[in-house]
Amino acid sequence: MDSKISNNDIQPVAVLGAGSFGTAVANLLAVNSPVYLYARNPEVVEKMKSSREHNGVRLHERITPTNDLQMVVEHCTTLFPVVPSSGFRDLIHKIAPMLHPYHVLIHGTKGLDVQLESDVPFEEQKVTKKQVKTMSEVIRDETVVVRVGALAGPNLATELAQGYPAATVVASPFNEVIQEGIRLLKNDKFQVYGNRDIIGIELCGVLKNIIAIASGGIAGMGMGENSRGLLISRGMMEMMHIGKFFGAEPEAFMGLAGIGDMVTTCYSTYSRNFTVGNRLAKGETLQDILNDMEEVAEGVNTIKIIKKLTESAGLRAPITENLYRVLFENQPVNEAIDTLMKYPFNIDVSMPDRISEAT
Amino acid sequence: MPVESDNYFMQSDESIRQERYKPIIPAPRKWPVVQLSKNSKQFIEEVIDDTFDRIKEVKSTREELIEELETTLYREKLRVKRNPWKVDPPDDAEFWAGLRSELASITGNPDDPAIDDKLDELLKTIISRYANEILSKFKPSSYRFARSFVKTGFTRLLNATHVKGWSALWSKKYTLNDQLHIVGETEHIRTLAQKGTIVLLPTHFSNLDSILIGWVIHSLGLPPFIYGAGLNLFNIGIIAYFMNSLGAYKVDRRKKNLIYIETLKTYSNVALQKGVHSLFFPGGTRARSGHIEKKLKRGLLGSVIDAQRINYEKFPEENRKIFVVPVTINYHFTLEAPALINDHLKMMGQERFYMENDEYATSYKILKFLVKFFTKGSSISVSIGKGMDVLGNYVDDDGHSYDKNGQRIYTREYFMHDKKIERDDQRDAEYTKILSEKVVKEFHKINRVFSSHLVAFTAFKILQKKHPKLDLYNLLRLPDEDQVILYEEFKEEFNFYLDHLKELNKKGEVGFASHMNQDVDKVIKHGVDNVGMYHAKRPLIFTKSGDITSENLNTLFYYHNRMMGYGLEDLK
Repeated sequence: MDSKISNNDIQPVAVLGAGSFGTAVANLLAVNSPVYLYARNPEVVEKMKSSREHNGVRLHERITPTNDLQMVVEHCTTLFPVVPSSGFRDLIHKIAPMLHPYHVLIHGTKGLDVQLESDVPFEEQKVTKKQVKTMSEVIRDETVVVRVGALAGPNLATELAQGYPAATVVASPFNEVIQEGIRLLKNDKFQVYGNRDIIGIELCGVLKNIIAIASGGIAGMGMGENSRGLLISRGMMEMMHIGKFFGAEPEAFMGLAGIGDMVTTCYSTYSRNFTVGNRLAKGETLQDILNDMEEVAEGVNTIKIIKKLTESAGLRAPITENLYRVLFENQPVNEAIDTLMKYPFNIDVSMPDRISEAT
Repeated sequence: MPVESDNYFMQSDESIRQERYKPIIPAPRKWPVVQLSKNSKQFIEEVIDDTFDRIKEVKSTREELIEELETTLYREKLRVKRNPWKVDPPDDAEFWAGLRSELASITGNPDDPAIDDKLDELLKTIISRYANEILSKFKPSSYRFARSFVKTGFTRLLNATHVKGWSALWSKKYTLNDQLHIVGETEHIRTLAQKGTIVLLPTHFSNLDSILIGWVIHSLGLPPFIYGAGLNLFNIGIIAYFMNSLGAYKVDRRKKNLIYIETLKTYSNVALQKGVHSLFFPGGTRARSGHIEKKLKRGLLGSVIDAQRINYEKFPEENRKIFVVPVTINYHFTLEAPALINDHLKMMGQERFYMENDEYATSYKILKFLVKFFTKGSSISVSIGKGMDVLGNYVDDDGHSYDKNGQRIYTREYFMHDKKIERDDQRDAEYTKILSEKVVKEFHKINRVFSSHLVAFTAFKILQKKHPKLDLYNLLRLPDEDQVILYEEFKEEFNFYLDHLKELNKKGEVGFASHMNQDVDKVIKHGVDNVGMYHAKRPLIFTKSGDITSENLNTLFYYHNRMMGYGLEDLK
């Protein structure tokens, strides 16, 4: 195959998906191990090979771009799928026949998978918890792999590429997977924390995108920091309540992947989700914004799913509901903010009841 | 390819009971359980050594070990004093007092260079005591006797009640198999038993289950299984005899200390490694609420995972596989239902300390119970699920595992890290959770809907809907006159749930007893007539006008609970 990898004693690892975050993860991993970076498009692979860079980011010398899934899955026991949630199930389904129970999959996708009923228009769909899956659940669903993990935390690809100090959370019910994540990812400038509550950590990454869109909206309206502080704290409560519905512990939201990632995303103009909200507030339409974004803003899809889900479960999620109206029902941003300000919140903090530990 | 047995749910009771199974291993001396008891000395040594290593691993420092020993000895002192049983060895008090003073003298002399050896020795003495207490005393001769006793005894009782006249006692018209319908993957299990080690995991509703399942194992032609039976059952002379002869080992629920629990787990673990087929009631005790078990005890289930990993580790060249087989047992009538549900309600209602009362604590009572059951009992259905590996993947007749897409899985690979088998207790604990979830799911799938359970469910739901403001406890105290349900209303609701179950049945998510395949009025009548039929106060009866009412809402609630977990409870 490739001399750089086959001559090395260290086990290679693979990143599946060469988006900006996938490339960033591959560069992080390359500090410690040889890395295969899989991209679906052969032209992209060829370009990466010849230019040794991708979307303006230099590829670490230990990265081997490839288009050969079969080879990658055979050579690596630890794989990092990092593709948009809309293509996640397809990718996993594709590699399922090649996977073995000894494989470890640690994904970095911050979206949800939803299986809708065919031939029912989205507006009329009734979405239940059974139809909505986190990415780790998709992996468990589609493959024989049980040792599954998730990456989450304030990891803006642009900043990672610049080599600024940062940290991430590897979540998995398996200690073994957490240790593997730490071994592979940790370096002088990158700290790695472990967490056993994989659903909680995944939801942190998923749900914070909703709040990031709202934060972009507030910034776009030029409303200042008081209102952003208000949004972040109310958003946190909303995330925890939705999280509880999925069986996540509230603690997950307090950590790096929760409050850490949320603050980062809500302040960063690099964030795609933030950008969506920001440009909406300035009067652009959702379609126009999405049309000229190179990569997916997961928050848009997440809002759709969570709105449907909370509706059918009888949960209240005021921020999500209002964003849904802004995004899909042409409600002006300021009206949504008015509604939220009139919403009868009066308790500052009410922790969702602890989900009693299963014994 | 894994075989999806479509016709499995359709099997009629009649076609099943005609079948007779030849023993798969005719010579008792070749039964794994016989091998085990022949070499019991060596077996016990292995259990003691393994347990010792495990405890030393968890309690690795001297201080930790001393603390563990002190706790254990203190608890044993309390047990001997406060809760002695007839079955306890006569030297119990003396033995534990002796160890206490020994420990005191060891710890009183911390400068003794041999202190660690002495502590280890003490630990071994305790483990050895426990291991020998747990040990099953299987004898093929008494197994044969017990088996034929069960068979002829019950056959006679059955005939005495069903066939008129004196000669009935010797009639062969009814056999145990008429009352007992074994359905499901029977041939599959017989095949698997020759390819690996079987772990049967039945649901547990009644004290009768242990004997019943023993009979099922025998009539499937399988060699005897060992199983853990509550030590309290050994207090009862007649049961103790059967238990001993059927390969039961003793589980003492009074002893909750680490050393005992580790010994028990290791016992089961080592037996599995030796290829001895085993039986656990994975729910622990009888399901007091009447629910199909939702949570399984992780301890014994964990030992299955552990044993499988050790097999792969110790015998890399062989494929010594363990197969997990869920089994559900269904009755129209659980004799203990009133006591069980009252316990359950008490436990739910108040979080106060609760003492297990043994309602069948004497030979006389247990005999009366059995007589009542077999003379009055209506049909019982035992449903055998498909074999699974220890991660809950289905296996085929060759014992190979497959995923849901029909792709072969090598179970060994679940225990591999960096291309070799590696022990990781935390991983095993997660695997135990996965297995537990799969078994629970399988219970629901292979469970067969009985008319009696569905009528109870329907009636209770109707009452609940009529009184949405009442909580469970107030609902159970509903005045008699509010309990009457008009027949037409009942039937409509019953049909609603039945349709939903039929949908689930099509997807293979639940089975139906054959008596469900008749017209709805008949099914309802069958259900009302059979549900808890021999309780003094019936869960459901017809009123004179043909409507439906209850004489005892607690037991109605109990039988209703059997249909929980299918999503019926969430239907609007």
